[in-house]
Amino acid sequence: MVRAIVCAFVLTMSTWVSAQLVVEVTQGVDSQSPIAIVPFEWRGNQALDEDVARVVEQNLERTGFFKPLARENMLSFPTAQSQVFFRDWRMSSTDYLVIGRMESVAGDQVSLTFELYDVLKEQTIHAQQVSGSRTNLRDLAHYVSDILFEQLTGIKGAFSTRLAYVTAENLGPDRQRFRLQMSDWDGMRPRTLLESSEPILSPAWSFDGSRLAYVSFETSRPAIYIQHLATGQREQVQSFPGLNGAPAWSPDGNQLAIVLSKDGNPEIYVLNLSSRNLERITNNSAIDTEPFWAPDGRSLYFTSDRGGSPQIYKYNLNTRAVERVTFEGNYNAAGRLTQDGRFLAMVHRGSSRRFQIAVQDLQNGRLDILTNSDYDESPSIAPNGTIIIYATQQGSRGVLGAVSIDGRVRFNMPVPQGDVREPAWSPFLR
Amino acid sequence: MRSTNLSKALALAAVMAFAAGCGSKSTKTDSGAMGSDAAGGAAAYGSGTGSDVSGGSWADVANLRTVFYFDFDRSVVRQDGFSDLEAHARYLSRNPSASVRLEGHADERGTREYNMALGERRAQAVERLLIVNGANARQIETISYGEERPAVSGNHEGAWSQNRRVELKYVSR
Repeated sequence: MVRAIVCAFVLTMSTWVSAQLVVEVTQGVDSQSPIAIVPFEWRGNQALDEDVARVVEQNLERTGFFKPLARENMLSFPTAQSQVFFRDWRMSSTDYLVIGRMESVAGDQVSLTFELYDVLKEQTIHAQQVSGSRTNLRDLAHYVSDILFEQLTGIKGAFSTRLAYVTAENLGPDRQRFRLQMSDWDGMRPRTLLESSEPILSPAWSFDGSRLAYVSFETSRPAIYIQHLATGQREQVQSFPGLNGAPAWSPDGNQLAIVLSKDGNPEIYVLNLSSRNLERITNNSAIDTEPFWAPDGRSLYFTSDRGGSPQIYKYNLNTRAVERVTFEGNYNAAGRLTQDGRFLAMVHRGSSRRFQIAVQDLQNGRLDILTNSDYDESPSIAPNGTIIIYATQQGSRGVLGAVSIDGRVRFNMPVPQGDVREPAWSPFLR
Repeated sequence: MRSTNLSKALALAAVMAFAAGCGSKSTKTDSGAMGSDAAGGAAAYGSGTGSDVSGGSWADVANLRTVFYFDFDRSVVRQDGFSDLEAHARYLSRNPSASVRLEGHADERGTREYNMALGERRAQAVERLLIVNGANARQIETISYGEERPAVSGNHEGAWSQNRRVELKYVSR
């Protein structure tokens, strides 16, 4: 029995690890900064479980901002400043160089001392020592990636974040297994938050990252639940006849926008989580769904087919005025805003009749289509606004894809068992 | 008129005899039933309302269609489903303790929550037809599964058309 569990576990893990990660650069590479992340030196006895430099390299590559130098093209592997010959790195057209040394410190802690160099100026840009648990080296790698990314771009790194998503597996006729999962931003270290034979959908992070709201059919009816991530404790939000769906947190964490059909038609309501007061927002015979808050908390966006096809609208919470936001294409839905409120990511179907991820610049109305397959949905934006993760299909299977917000770099995440859908990117967690 | 009803009954019997062997997969074969039913459906629609002495026994509904299909992004019940829904409504009106659950579904295209709303509207459209034809709202429970429980998998209209549906299930007779 134990062996069976271990085998199942190993099988799951190896499925993740063996999946080929292909980073596809869709536009010219001129705008990507060449960088070299040299393997870090390890001054300890037992080999480490993670290649920390490799994780850092993959993180930086996937943002679309950097083009890492392949290890086989490195002329040397310096781990200290005295071993760095800038001429060698200029020869391999490298702009930035990262080297580092790791050693064991007290208990299970390891420390990493790393330096970031500007190769052309032959200068140190940043040097730092960080430490972390030996059993959670990916945490350390993501933290270092955050520091490097911010040093080089001025943008806060979002590598120490998490994804929530849903998987579905067919176990036989009319038998399915749904799981609410949480992983690192890159799909690694998945763990299960909820498992059910009934559908789970629409995971949504509170703005402080402490709670997840989602819809579960576990009682054979849809209901909204809130799960506290630190304790695993969960509560069912007051449930009504009909739809109970599409939860979205207010920025202050006190309110939940939800979709109910208790009054006969899918409408958007705002539920105050402390007073339990329920306020109806929309009042229209069309479908109104998929609410999400503007980061400033002043308006709610939502999807409605009141104009004849699904489009995204904006509801001003003060004036109660509704204005239509999307106009291009005959299907625009599941919108999400960047934290600065400027860019609207959405599922878009235009003249190509394909469902693709698009971004609309709300300042000038310009719409850019970022993805290139037929059934892309559920966009979720990194808290620093650089990458959009979404659900797509590979063959007939649901997988997660990611695209930089300028469409420059696209890749699919490693694939676990079953269908993967509805990624939700956490806010900054530190 | 009598011959119309008789021929329809025979056609249905033939279809259901075919479907009977398929157990829980009957949703799939219902599309076959839909095709043959559709031809006689319009004629039966006019004639069905007169026969109000019957329709109250389980045998009257046991072989009726229980899956009703919809067009993309639409929640209007197709006419070919009217006569069977009327018969279900008649049964419900004569058996106040009977109740049904209407499960609305969408195909996989488009977003999940929008499809959840679409499945709800489809279930509600069927509910309205049942109520208009005599069923009591208390006998009907609606639920939407959106695109979460497809009847058929596949990225083609053949699969999608069978997934855009409402399934009528008797909770009690």
